[in-house]
Amino acid sequence: MSKHLKVEVKNGKIKEAINFFLIELLKKNLVSALLVPRELPSKDNVVQSLVSQPDELKNADVFAPVLPVNSARIISEMTRLGSGKASVGAILRSCEIRALIELVKLKQASLDNLLIIGIDCPGTYSVKDYKALCQQGIYPEDELFKNLKKGMEDVRIREACKVCEYPVPSNSDLTFGFLGVDFEKNIFFQANTSKGEKILDRFSYLEFDGLKIREEFIFKYLKQKIKKRDELFALTQKEVKGWENLISFFSACINCHNCMKVCPVCYCRECFFESACFEFNGDKYLNWAKKKGSIKMPKDTALFHLGRMAHMATSCVGCGACEEACPNNIPLLKVFKTVAHNVQEIFQYVPGKKLQEPLPLTTFKEDELQRVGED
Amino acid sequence: MKVKEPKIVAFLCNWCSYAGADLAGVSRIQYPPNIRVIRVPCSSRVNPLFILKALQEGVDGVLVAGCHPGDCHYISGNYLARRKFTIFKNLLDYLGIEKDRVHFTWISAAEGARFAEIVKEVTERVKKLGPVKRLVKNRSA
Ligand code: SF4
Ligand code: SF4
Ligand code: FES
Repeated sequence: MSKHLKVEVKNGKIKEAINFFLIELLKKNLVSALLVPRELPSKDNVVQSLVSQPDELKNADVFAPVLPVNSARIISEMTRLGSGKASVGAILRSCEIRALIELVKLKQASLDNLLIIGIDCPGTYSVKDYKALCQQGIYPEDELFKNLKKGMEDVRIREACKVCEYPVPSNSDLTFGFLGVDFEKNIFFQANTSKGEKILDRFSYLEFDGLKIREEFIFKYLKQKIKKRDELFALTQKEVKGWENLISFFSACINCHNCMKVCPVCYCRECFFESACFEFNGDKYLNWAKKKGSIKMPKDTALFHLGRMAHMATSCVGCGACEEACPNNIPLLKVFKTVAHNVQEIFQYVPGKKLQEPLPLTTFKEDELQRVGED
Repeated sequence: MKVKEPKIVAFLCNWCSYAGADLAGVSRIQYPPNIRVIRVPCSSRVNPLFILKALQEGVDGVLVAGCHPGDCHYISGNYLARRKFTIFKNLLDYLGIEKDRVHFTWISAAEGARFAEIVKEVTERVKKLGPVKRLVKNRSA
């Protein structure tokens, strides 16, 4: 039932074609506001903004390959206490939509009155690299499309993106697609729901006919990504195997909890590790130091990560926001993603895939996992 | 030289396994004295962190026991616990922490003898691994 429309790109300016559409969405009152990334005045980063006036969309930059925040968190903030009465359109990447679906299952976000516009995503730069590129006079978006055209991947894109299995968004009402498309001439809009279809009905774009080529492209593209991903899994497992290696992996952690604060699916409203359970008096610390000879301070950093892993493993979407936020550059993504992958496989659960599918830890089957409790 | 006796923490659910341990006691069934029992309302009360923390603080092994599947006092607590422990075991395995340090099992209120058997078996397996040096040393944890 999905609908595909071809959107012409004039003079290679993809951004203009998109921004025209977004402005029309507001002008035609099809949504009352849009959550979009906009270029900062400094022109070296983007920031998510909730825009209600069409002329505020001039600097909208939906394809800017950078992810300063996983917007599932923003939507959670906007809807946790109830969605607004008028509809909001949100332009999201696959990892953001997947995290959002998990948050809805966790009752920490709502999809009411939300129009999800998913965009294809071949990867993002870290905020730092994005800025550096801009300062060198390289426009990251051009770089992205240039590489894509050559069928290459920039080595500078984030690890999370290099091994991402979901470059094409799912669970969106509308999709802006350009992967596997001759994007210098045209991109396409796809409606996946009746909500999305109703919107496209208001536009006079022509039918898009490049779907087959796109599918073939994506099939090959995914194969490469998954190969890279599996290589990363194997290396990571070697790197952290054994308690000592694990401890040394996390040894630079200063317990700031940034990784947890930016993680879109770290779901506890109050973190156990920030509770009184982890407040001790001086004698307690002295006793530990005496008993063990020495203790590393701040204490319990590895425990924090193990606790987070046990919690995140079923819902981690592999966005890498944790790694981005770490002041000490601990490469967290690979460990979290590897652990998550193993656990998700046991339960045959893909986070963010299906809204109706319950979270693995809120359901069970009577006749499963018989071996637990035997060995 | 004598092998150092391991210390094992046992989280027992109030409604089945704890009663099972009690039965072993009143029936005067012998079992190794290595176990330190912590009574919990249900096996699903046991947070994996309790287990990690216990190991980190120097116990050599952990046993978690609850009602048999289908018999949980809270109907589904142990089914959910089983999923939680599966994740946790997988995590331990992935991280290369010795599997035999952590045991999950089901013991009913009528299974005093089974309780004693399990304590015996767990104690032996933990003894084989030796004291949990690497978790305690904590040079940089
Ligand atoms: S653990 Fe890291 S990679 Fe996984 S969802 Fe959270 S922030 Fe993203
Ligand atoms: S962001 Fe980095 S330093 Fe801060 S708690 Fe997480 S791992 Fe530790
Ligand atoms: S009450 Fe015994 S396992 Fe739930």
